[in-house]
Amino acid sequence: MSAWKKHQIFEKNSLILIIGIVIMISIGGLVEIVPLYYLKSTIEKTEGMRPYTPLELVGRNIYVREGCYACHSQQIRPMRDELERYGSYSLAAESMYDRPFQWGSKRTGPDLARVGGKYSDEWQRDHLINPRSVSPTSVMPGYPFLMDARLSAIEIENHLKVNALYGVPYSEEQIASAKVDLLAQAEPDSDAAEAFEERYPGVLIRDFDGNEKEVTEMDALVAYLQMLGTLVDFSLYDEKANLR
Amino acid sequence: MGERKVRYLSLEEGGFSLLLLSIAIFCLVIAGKTWDPVLAFHTALIALASLAGIFFIFRRYFDGNNTPAPLEINGKPNYNMAPVKFAAWASVFWGIAGFTVGVIIASQLAFPALNFDLPWINFGRLRPLHTSAVIFAFGGNVLLGTSLYVVQRTCQARLPGAIAPWFVVLGYNLFIVVAGTGYLLGVTQGKEYAEPEWYADWLLTIVWVGYLLTFLGCIWRRKEPHIYVANWFYLAFIVTIAVLHLFNNASVPVSIYSTKSYIVWAGVQDAMVQWWYGHNAVGFFLTAGFLAIMYYFIPKRAERPVYSYRLSIVHFWALIFLYMWAGPHHLHYTSLPQWASTLGMTFSIILWMPSWGGMINGLMTLSGAWDKLRTDPVLRMMVVSVAFYGMATFEGPLMSIRAVNGLSHYTDWTIGHVHAGALGWVGYISFGALYCLVPWLYHKKSLYSLRLVNWHFWISTLGIVFYICAMWVSGIMQGLMWRAYDSLGFLEYSFIETVDAMYPFYVIRAFGGLLFLAGALIMLYNLLMTVRVGESVGSEAAGQPAMAPAE
Repeated sequence: MSAWKKHQIFEKNSLILIIGIVIMISIGGLVEIVPLYYLKSTIEKTEGMRPYTPLELVGRNIYVREGCYACHSQQIRPMRDELERYGSYSLAAESMYDRPFQWGSKRTGPDLARVGGKYSDEWQRDHLINPRSVSPTSVMPGYPFLMDARLSAIEIENHLKVNALYGVPYSEEQIASAKVDLLAQAEPDSDAAEAFEERYPGVLIRDFDGNEKEVTEMDALVAYLQMLGTLVDFSLYDEKANLR
Repeated sequence: MGERKVRYLSLEEGGFSLLLLSIAIFCLVIAGKTWDPVLAFHTALIALASLAGIFFIFRRYFDGNNTPAPLEINGKPNYNMAPVKFAAWASVFWGIAGFTVGVIIASQLAFPALNFDLPWINFGRLRPLHTSAVIFAFGGNVLLGTSLYVVQRTCQARLPGAIAPWFVVLGYNLFIVVAGTGYLLGVTQGKEYAEPEWYADWLLTIVWVGYLLTFLGCIWRRKEPHIYVANWFYLAFIVTIAVLHLFNNASVPVSIYSTKSYIVWAGVQDAMVQWWYGHNAVGFFLTAGFLAIMYYFIPKRAERPVYSYRLSIVHFWALIFLYMWAGPHHLHYTSLPQWASTLGMTFSIILWMPSWGGMINGLMTLSGAWDKLRTDPVLRMMVVSVAFYGMATFEGPLMSIRAVNGLSHYTDWTIGHVHAGALGWVGYISFGALYCLVPWLYHKKSLYSLRLVNWHFWISTLGIVFYICAMWVSGIMQGLMWRAYDSLGFLEYSFIETVDAMYPFYVIRAFGGLLFLAGALIMLYNLLMTVRVGESVGSEAAGQPAMAPAE
């Protein structure tokens, strides 16, 4: 019986054909995905990494909602021009709390992995309202509506809870006070800001959108942009530590 | 007399009524209690559709004329082609919608004022609308329609059930509407080609199970012992898309009253799962499924058998095995470990072989019928489509090589590559299938006008050439500009200078897309006129497909 004849078992039995298909398609994915949960370089513990504050998390969700990833990557490759243009190459640990990851696949605009602190809040705000006001030939859409959209705090504790479910280290206290913390980060003069700073030491507490009257989606998005890529201190990072 | 009405609800009717009723109740509860207006809109829409489904099931039941359709009439299979017709027209509609959105977003990149500073129509929200409309709405309906057609014809059997096939096509299109309106209203998972949020994913999962069972049910009724090769590819497509969908979209919603969910995978693991999914959405949705179309429609149209049966076996197993490894070539030089992207690259290069094996199998099917390329523009369209498939599956492995990818990644080259495959391969094989299918479904002797097919072919080919050439130039140019250094060792160009350089190519690209859209509109007219004024096949051949004369 030739090999071609043996193949008839697949051609005559739909269930055997399906089993064959499932086996064939499983191997590649298993080999490539499963090790990523065990290898040191993909689950490294890195100094400085912390979960997003409620305001940053909401800002990140706005970034996702507006589809920023369609034109901006968040992944600096270890190439000379990218290191000079954008800064240190991206580490796996730097996106460990990113659900979903936003590495992107296209740079119609520049990479944003380390955009945090590169521009002032005012520049970010003006640029988001009308990109042409600061970069005359930019092709980016304007997002003036973010200034008018008051930030919604509905279910913000649940956002943290779901992340905590996945092992993101939010404390009980952080989850319980998420609603207060969400606004506190953008109201530096409020009483809540002090308690917030204790729960999230070292984060930026500013009126990001320059509008003291209310906390807007602009506050959240700028807060997120301003912390992007700033958590790991590369003067202290030991790149050999996780090699093996 | 009264006996006709004394019939219990069939298992199918009862089962679907219960299923739809539970979906409707679940959705109505959410719609009533949610604070999120978008979720309220979507769940109300799904509930309404489910209730309408129940209404139609019971109207049919009480109409009395509900004896199951005969499986055969006069010894010939009594095919169920109405759902196929629906999917065919849905694909024409979504295709034109998707191409139009494509032209709009291409123009937005050249003229940013077209974003109008509005949330609902800015580039970031329209881009997933475009990709989903062309891949899942246009491509998906082509696959649904052709698969349900091909499986019936090649198995010589009627689709199982009276409701199941309608549940599949209508449910799938409901998913499209929910997903598409969601993007415009800012509901997205933010994973490329998997943007629909959790509730839309659940809906698709239910529909997809129905699709698999309907398709398999027809195969189980087959009269031939062998399953035809096109059906292997359709099966691989249906099964693998189910696996990819379930894993890549594994997520926990913030609450069932929120559109927002968080995905199980994070960071580098999410990146790997996403591109394992993303590349195989290409491999199984846009390749395996459309190869099935190639394996049925080209032999049928050319009236020649498939070139090599053995090649099709090798092609099938090699393709589905190798594709699953290729994903990480999207992640060269990232935080993904290098061994993984090297594996992806290696398998992508090996994948070139089965891809070209399939191309050869499709092209060589024309042995002895090459003259038809001169006289039959429909066959020409499908053959050129296979040629584009060959081109894109050569360019793909090339771009997966780490050194090439270092230049091409993040640039328009990728966009050009995707469109060579999407417009040339998927678009043309779909148009070819639709040009065959509509006359067959409506028992017409031939299309309304082969000259218009010719116009469609040449206008859209010109469009594709404009499109991919513009993207090659802009992509390679931008990649080179990013890494250019001046004589003093500084970066030569600021980022915005590289954006400025793209302008003429973005205009040319938008023009190319416009030509492609114009071609599709010609097709719409041609297909409508075929149904309206086309000459019918004589009644003795009714129920059989009419082959267009090859002149």
